[in-house]
Amino acid sequence: MRALLCVLLLLVAPLVRAVDYPPVLPGRTIELPADSGAHPDFRTEWWYVTGWIKDETGAERGFQITFFRVRSGIGEDAPGRFSPAQLILAHAAVADAKHGRLLHAQRSARASGALAGAARDRTHAWVGNWRLEEADGSYVAEANGQDFAYRLELTPTQPAMLNGDKGFSQKAPDPANASYYYSRPQLAVRGTLSIDGREHAVSGKAWLDQEWSSEYMPAGASGWDWIGVNLDDGGALMAFRMHDRTGDALWSAGTLRDAMGRDRALDREAVSFTPLRRWRSPRTNVEYVVAWRVRAGDRELELRPLMDDQELDSRRSTGAIYWEGAVRVFEGGREVGRGYLEMTGYAQRLEM
Amino acid sequence: MRRALAPVFLGSLGARRLTTLLSILAIALGIALGVAVQVIHDAALDEFDHGMRTLSGEADLQIVGPRGGFDDALFETVALRPEVAAASPLLEVDARLFGDERSLRLIGVDVFRLGEVQPALMPQPGEGQGRLVTLTPDSVFLSPGAMQALGLALGGTLTLQAGLEPLALKVAGGVPGMAGQQVAVMDIDAVQRHFGLRGRLSRIDLRLREGLGLAAGREALAPLMPAGVQLLAPETARAQAAGLSRSYRVNLTMLAVIALVTGGFLVFSTQALSVVRRRTEFAFLRAIGLARGELMRWLLAEGAIVGVVGGLAGVALGYGLAAAALKLLGGDLGAGYFAGISPRLAFEPAVAAVFLVLGVLAGMAGAWLPAREAAEVSPALALKAGGDATGLAGARRHPGWAVGAAALAAVACLAPAWQGIPVGGYVAVALLLAAGVFVLPQLAANLSALLAPLRAVPIALARARLAAVPGHVVVAGAGVLASAALAVAMAIMVASFRDSVDDWLARILPAELYVRGARAGSSGYFDAAAQARIAGTPGVARADFIRHDTVRLSADHPPVMLIARSLSPDGRELPLVGRQVKTSSPVWISEAVADLFGYAPGDTLRLPLAGSPHDFVVAGVWRDYARQSGAIMIPIERYRALSGDPLANDAALHLADGETASAVAARLRERFGAQTLELAQAGEIRAVSLRIFDRTFAVTYLLEAVAVVIGLFGVAASFAALAAARRREFGMLRHIGLTRRQVGLMLATEGALTAGAGALGGLAVGGAISLVLIEVVNRQSFHWSMDIRIPFASLAIFCLTLVLLAALAAVLAGRQAMRQEAVMAVKEDW
Repeated sequence: MRALLCVLLLLVAPLVRAVDYPPVLPGRTIELPADSGAHPDFRTEWWYVTGWIKDETGAERGFQITFFRVRSGIGEDAPGRFSPAQLILAHAAVADAKHGRLLHAQRSARASGALAGAARDRTHAWVGNWRLEEADGSYVAEANGQDFAYRLELTPTQPAMLNGDKGFSQKAPDPANASYYYSRPQLAVRGTLSIDGREHAVSGKAWLDQEWSSEYMPAGASGWDWIGVNLDDGGALMAFRMHDRTGDALWSAGTLRDAMGRDRALDREAVSFTPLRRWRSPRTNVEYVVAWRVRAGDRELELRPLMDDQELDSRRSTGAIYWEGAVRVFEGGREVGRGYLEMTGYAQRLEM
Repeated sequence: MRRALAPVFLGSLGARRLTTLLSILAIALGIALGVAVQVIHDAALDEFDHGMRTLSGEADLQIVGPRGGFDDALFETVALRPEVAAASPLLEVDARLFGDERSLRLIGVDVFRLGEVQPALMPQPGEGQGRLVTLTPDSVFLSPGAMQALGLALGGTLTLQAGLEPLALKVAGGVPGMAGQQVAVMDIDAVQRHFGLRGRLSRIDLRLREGLGLAAGREALAPLMPAGVQLLAPETARAQAAGLSRSYRVNLTMLAVIALVTGGFLVFSTQALSVVRRRTEFAFLRAIGLARGELMRWLLAEGAIVGVVGGLAGVALGYGLAAAALKLLGGDLGAGYFAGISPRLAFEPAVAAVFLVLGVLAGMAGAWLPAREAAEVSPALALKAGGDATGLAGARRHPGWAVGAAALAAVACLAPAWQGIPVGGYVAVALLLAAGVFVLPQLAANLSALLAPLRAVPIALARARLAAVPGHVVVAGAGVLASAALAVAMAIMVASFRDSVDDWLARILPAELYVRGARAGSSGYFDAAAQARIAGTPGVARADFIRHDTVRLSADHPPVMLIARSLSPDGRELPLVGRQVKTSSPVWISEAVADLFGYAPGDTLRLPLAGSPHDFVVAGVWRDYARQSGAIMIPIERYRALSGDPLANDAALHLADGETASAVAARLRERFGAQTLELAQAGEIRAVSLRIFDRTFAVTYLLEAVAVVIGLFGVAASFAALAAARRREFGMLRHIGLTRRQVGLMLATEGALTAGAGALGGLAVGGAISLVLIEVVNRQSFHWSMDIRIPFASLAIFCLTLVLLAALAAVLAGRQAMRQEAVMAVKEDW
C-alpha cells in the first residue's frame, strides 16, 4: 500500500511547486509519545500495522491496515471545509489461505473535521468509520470492507524501536532521501474479525510503523523490499532495500532487536536479500520473489509466504501493482517468527 | 362476394384521386405535427432525464436547497450518520464563459466521494496527468459534449467569469460518463474558492445503508435539514424538472390534435359527397343482396384506408419534421426548457403506433356518418331517385345542440387542472368546435339572407342551392370553421399575450440601463466594492441592485425564484394584479406562486433564508411571464439583513438628467473592462424578449397555416366532388342560357357563402376558444394571466382572404364540370 501512495505523490509533484516541504535531517531524535501524532508539514506520513492473528478454530491469517496522510500542497492558502490540502488514504487487507488471495478495501478523503483526519497530539487517524487510535497506551484498529471487517486492540509489550540514527532513516546514498521512522514490534492483538459471514474472536501479534518524510524515494529507484518480523524469542527485525528497475539493491538498512530488547542499527553492508523462489502473477504477469534469504547482521533468516498470491492489483484506481503479505520466518529450518513482506516496483511499467 | 366488392369500394378511392389525396394529406399533416411534437419532446426529455439520472447516479436520496446553496457543515452531519452508506457533496454553478454570452453547467465534486454515488461524474485525467490533478484548483474536466460545443481539447484553456474577473482553467481531462451532456467538472474546493461560494453546497447525494428503506432513511434524516433544505428522492427532482415543460408539450400536442380533427372533417366532407354520388351504385348493391352492415363496413374501410395511408405518411413526415426542427430550433422547439443538452432522435414504435391509430380513427370517424346514411337509405327509393345530391338536403339545423354544447363548454372551463394539465379547457375547446359545426347551417342561412337584395341570377341560384342543401354547408364549411377557429383563437391569444408581455416588460424594466454580472447564472456577481463602483460611475443617478436566489417552499414543488430588489412599501414598481394588503414585512408573490401554493394577499408566508425560517406577509400578487414555477419579490434591505448575503446579480441604473444610456454604458465598460459586464438598455432587453417570444410562437404560426390550408382543401375537395355530381345541373343551367361565367360566379358565390359561414362561425368559436386558452389553458398550464386584445384588422383580412380563397377553390374545382358540353350533360339524363 505504501507503493500506491508513492505513485500518487510522484504524479502530483509536478503540479505543486509553491509548497516547501521541510527536509528530513539527521540529528533530530524521535521523541515519543510527542512524535506519535501527525506531522502535517511533511509531505507524507503513514501508520502501518501488520500482523498475524489466530481465531478460535486455530485458523491463522495475516492482516494489514495503513493510514496515510498526504500534504498535497493544493489549496493551503484559503482553506475551506473541502480543502484538499491534507488527504487521508487508508487501506486494509486480510490474507486468508482459504481464499487464496488478499481480501482488501480502501477509503480516502480530504482531512476535514470528523470525516477524516490525523491528530497531531497522538496516534489517531480516521476516515469515516475506519480508525487507528491510541488511547491509554494501546491502539484500536478498525476497518471494514465488502468481504471483511475487524476491530483489533493492539497493546505494546515493549518500548518503541527507533530505526536508523535515533529515528533518522536514510533511504539512499544521498541523505536527502530519508524519513523519520520508528517501529513498535511485538504488539499483542486481541479483537474480532468478521469474514465469510462469521465473526471470530482473534488474537495474535502485530507490528506498527510510523514514518514521515518529504523525499522518500531516491532517483533511479523503482521500488523497495521491506520486512517487519516479530521473532518468537521477543526480538524483532526491520530490514529494507531500495532496488532499481533490474531488481539490484541501491541501498539497504535495518534494525535488529535481540531477545534482551537491545536494538542494533544495521548498515548497508549488514543487510542483504537473496531470492530463493519466484512466483508469477497470473493476473498481471509480474514476477515476485516470494521466498527470500535475508541476512541481517549475524542472523540469517528464510522467509516463506503464507500463500504465494498476496499481490495487490490496483491498476484500475491508482495504477500500482505490488505484493504485500504475511510470511513465516525460519532459521536453520526451524520457524523463529512471523512477519510481513512488502515488495514494490516489480511491475513492468510502474509509473514512478 | 367479399373479394369481388373490394374494387367497387376501394377502387372508388382511386377514381376520385384528387380528393382522396387531399384527405390523406390532411390526415398526414395532422399526424406529422403530432408525431413531430411528441418525438422532439421525448428526445429532449429523454436526454434531459438521462442527464439527471446520470447526475444522480446511484443516489437513494438527494439533499437540495436554494440555488445559492446551503451551509456545507451539513455534509459532515449527514455523511457520518449510521443510516448513510455513502454521501457525495456537489456544488453547481451556472458558469458564464468570459466575454461570451454562453454559459456552462459547472459541477464541483469531491473525487473521493463520487465513486460510490455518482460514478458518471468522475473526472478522467488526460494522458500523463496524475489522478490528483483532479484536486488542483486550476484544472477543469469537460464532458465530450462540452468539449465539442466549446471547441476545446485536452490541454486547452477555458476562461470563465468568476465574479467580475476572468478565471482561466486548464482542460486537464474529460468526463466520459457524461456523454450527451454539456457539463464541466471541477474540484469542489476550487469551485467554492473561485466563485465566492465558500462554505456552500448545492446538493448532497446519498446512498442509504443496505437494507434500510427509503422511508426510514428519510424519516431519520429529515430532522437534520435546515429550513429551506429538502430531502428528495431523485425521481422527484427529475419529475419536477420534466413537469415544467409538460404544459408546453401538451399544448403543442393539442394543436396537432386539432389539426388532425380538421383532417377528419376533410374525410367527412369527401366521403359524404362521394356517398351521395354513389347512391345508385349502393342501391344496386343492396338490391342484389349486400347486407346493410356490410355496406357500412366497406364504407368505413374506405375511411380507414385513407387513415392508414395518411397515418403512415404522417409518421414518416413527422420524423422528418422533427429532425429538421431539432436542427433549427433545438429540443424545446425554441421555448428554452432544455438548455445544454444535445438530444438525438430515436424511432419510438409506441408513439408511431398511437398516431397511426389516431389517423385511422380520424379516417373512420370522418367516414362514419356518411356510411350510416348510405346504409340507411332504402334501395328502391335510391334507385328511383337517381344519383342526385338530394341526400344532403336532410341535414337539419341544430341551434339547440349548439347552445347545449356551448353551455357544456362553459361548465368544463370551471374544472381545475388535472396533474397540471388543463383537461377541462381542452374539453371546452372541443365542445365549442362542435357547437360551431351545429350552428353552421343556421349561419349560412342568415348569411345568404343578407345577399337577398342582390338580384343577379348566379347569386340567387347560389342562395337557392344553399337553402335547399344546408348539409353541403356543413360538409364544406366545417373544415373552414375548425381551421378558422383555431387560427382566430391563436391569433387573439398570441396578440393578447404579446401585448401583455410588452406592457409587463415596460413595468418590470423601469430603469434606462441594466447591468448584469452574468447572463445566465451565479458565476458572475457584484460584491460590495463592485456595487459601489457601479453606483459611483458618473452619470448614474441611482443604482438599484438586484439579487436572485431560489427558495424551496415545499418538497412537492420545484424551487421558487427569490428576487431581492429595492421596492416601495406598496410595491408600486411591480405589475400588480388584484387585491393588495398593507404590511410591515411584505413580500409580493407571482401568480404562479399564488396558484401553485395557494397563497393569497394577507396570508403569512414562511420563507427560509440562510437556513432559518422567517415569516412574511403576502402584500400582493404580481404578474410574471418569466418564471413558470413562481417567483417571490422581497425588499433587498430586508433580504440582506436576514440572509447576510451582500452580493448582487443585476443592477438597474437610473441615469442623471441629460445623460444617455450609451455614454454611461461606455463609462462602465471602461471601468470594468469590456468583457465582464453585460450591459443592456431597457429597449434592447424588450426587443430581445419579444424576439424570443415570437420565436417561441413560431411553431404555433406553422400549425395555424397548416390548419388553414387543410380547411381550404376541404372547400376544394367538397366542391370537386359535388361538381361531378352536379354535371347535369350545370348542363341544364347552360342549356337554359347561363354563360360559363355565370355558372362560375354561382360556384364562387356558393364557395364564398360556405366559407363565409365557416369563417364567421370560426370567428365566433375562435373568439370563445381564445378566451378559454387565455383564462383556462394558460392560467392552468403556465399560471399567468393576460389582458385580452383582439387584432381586429388582421382577423378581418384573414377572414376575407379565406372567403376569397374558398370562392376561388370552388370555381377551380367546378371547372372540370363546367367545361363539359351542356347538351351532352343534359342528354345523359334523358
